[in-house]
Amino acid sequence: MSRGARWAALAVGLLVLATAFPFYWTVVASLTPEARLFAAPSLLPTGLVLDHYRALFVERAFWVPIRNSLIVAGCTTVFSVFVGSLCAYALARLRFRGKVPLLGLVLAVSMFPQISVVSPLFLLLRSLRLIDTYPGLILPYLTFALPLTVWLLVGFFRQLPAELEEAAMVDGAGRLRAFREVIVPVAVPGLAATAILTFVYSWNEFLFALSFTLGPERQTVPVAIALFRGQYQVPWGQVLAAAIVATAPVAALVLAFQRRIVQGLTAGAVKG
Amino acid sequence: MPRAEPGGAEQREARLGWALVLPAIGTILLIALFPLGWTVWESLHLHDLRMPWLGRPFIGLNNYLEAVGDARFREALVHTLLFTVASVTLELGLGCVLALAMNRTFRGRGLVRAAILVPWAIPTVVAALIWRFMFDGDSGIVNAALTSIGVDPPVWFVDRFAAWVPVILGDVWKETPFVALLLLAGLQGIDASLYEAARIDGATAWRQFRYITLPLLKPALLVALIFRTRDAFRVFDLVYVMTGGGPGTATEPIALYTFTSLLQNLRFGYGSALSVLVFLVAFLLAVGYIRVVGADLTGERR
Repeated sequence: MSRGARWAALAVGLLVLATAFPFYWTVVASLTPEARLFAAPSLLPTGLVLDHYRALFVERAFWVPIRNSLIVAGCTTVFSVFVGSLCAYALARLRFRGKVPLLGLVLAVSMFPQISVVSPLFLLLRSLRLIDTYPGLILPYLTFALPLTVWLLVGFFRQLPAELEEAAMVDGAGRLRAFREVIVPVAVPGLAATAILTFVYSWNEFLFALSFTLGPERQTVPVAIALFRGQYQVPWGQVLAAAIVATAPVAALVLAFQRRIVQGLTAGAVKG
Repeated sequence: MPRAEPGGAEQREARLGWALVLPAIGTILLIALFPLGWTVWESLHLHDLRMPWLGRPFIGLNNYLEAVGDARFREALVHTLLFTVASVTLELGLGCVLALAMNRTFRGRGLVRAAILVPWAIPTVVAALIWRFMFDGDSGIVNAALTSIGVDPPVWFVDRFAAWVPVILGDVWKETPFVALLLLAGLQGIDASLYEAARIDGATAWRQFRYITLPLLKPALLVALIFRTRDAFRVFDLVYVMTGGGPGTATEPIALYTFTSLLQNLRFGYGSALSVLVFLVAFLLAVGYIRVVGADLTGERR
């Protein structure tokens, strides 16, 4: 190994350590009994217990926000990927006037700060009596999920060779059939990566979920954790256990599909 | 059944194109663009949900004038700018180091990429809680570590300056991976033969970085800069959970003040005016971004 490569390996090692340590510490704390949490912390833990996780599900009914998050993020993802893939296909592979401004619109909307539409969405949902309901979260979530899926899928569809549909159409298939039977099967990796990213964004979303829910019945996981309060002080053990529970699904998804996700994330952005 | 339609194949393709984009574009217009117009309209009115008897009179630009004279708004703006500069600088710097290092090490690159991707993927709320816990006065490991090397730690979340430290560190921890991965993708697009040629010409590592890497990495750097600036400018989750904007309003960014004006003080007119101001800044950044990737927007070869 050259000297440069050794320095590089050292730098990577240190940064990975710095990245991983807070997770390690959180896991340890979530398994440490409350009484010892406030004693001098030790790096190598002993006497770990599952008390906080038990309390989370038995006393706090933490499965309610998990259910809410699954429903909201799931519906958002399914709708966005379905409608978004049709739109992205047209924008990526059909020729028609007006598609460049449309792409610009999609990109511009994806850059919106969420806070800039909180006030009208709140008034709108209130007048439709959708505050504190699932549709009252799914609709606002589409404001960021739909542009995201369209933008990512345009990137994926463009990478496919043009001969694909041409061959199918020569065989007499119409555009739509060519899309369904030729493009979709080839684009499954791209669709999967897009679906995962959309799900992760929806699962993590906080501002809309905080603004458009009123109580624990419809709160999503991030809101439920953020509003955790003990009687006298922050119940850190349970809070951190909840943090681990909230992290586990997205971390698992990202680790399982990391290569595709990185491709999806960087493909649209880097080509300058 | 394919029906004989007026017009050639071109027109049919155009019609199909519009039919396919309509559901998505329609939804976007309805739930994003229309509300945005509504925010602007709302910002020109006095609309206080706590005082419904006032109605909703049109007051022109008065909300904006109030914002200009509002010290808390100006402070929130300064907080946001300082936070943006500090966190984005650190993230780009660290991200660049990490990307360059990852580009040089071949063994275990996938593992490293997976490891650093996790903080990026978790909810910001969780990141905020983790860092709040580590800096907590009673049980925090940071204080324990500082004390053990003889440094007297400040009371982090009570001191108006020290409170920024965990906020910025939390953001850097969570967002640097994204920057590093963007830059790594940029680095991997650079033709390796350029470096070989430079080595043959006897260029030092620094000169190679300065004259090959940096110019060719510029698009990726710009994209990372714009994305991170945009996100840092609208920071909300991290601060809401970690400090609640406190002590007092010492760490309150613009998005949090807007949220408070809207959903706690229920001043929808004024809050909407603040929203519009946030939007304008984001819009300028978006224009910058589209300029940078603009060439790719029209994408296909003709």
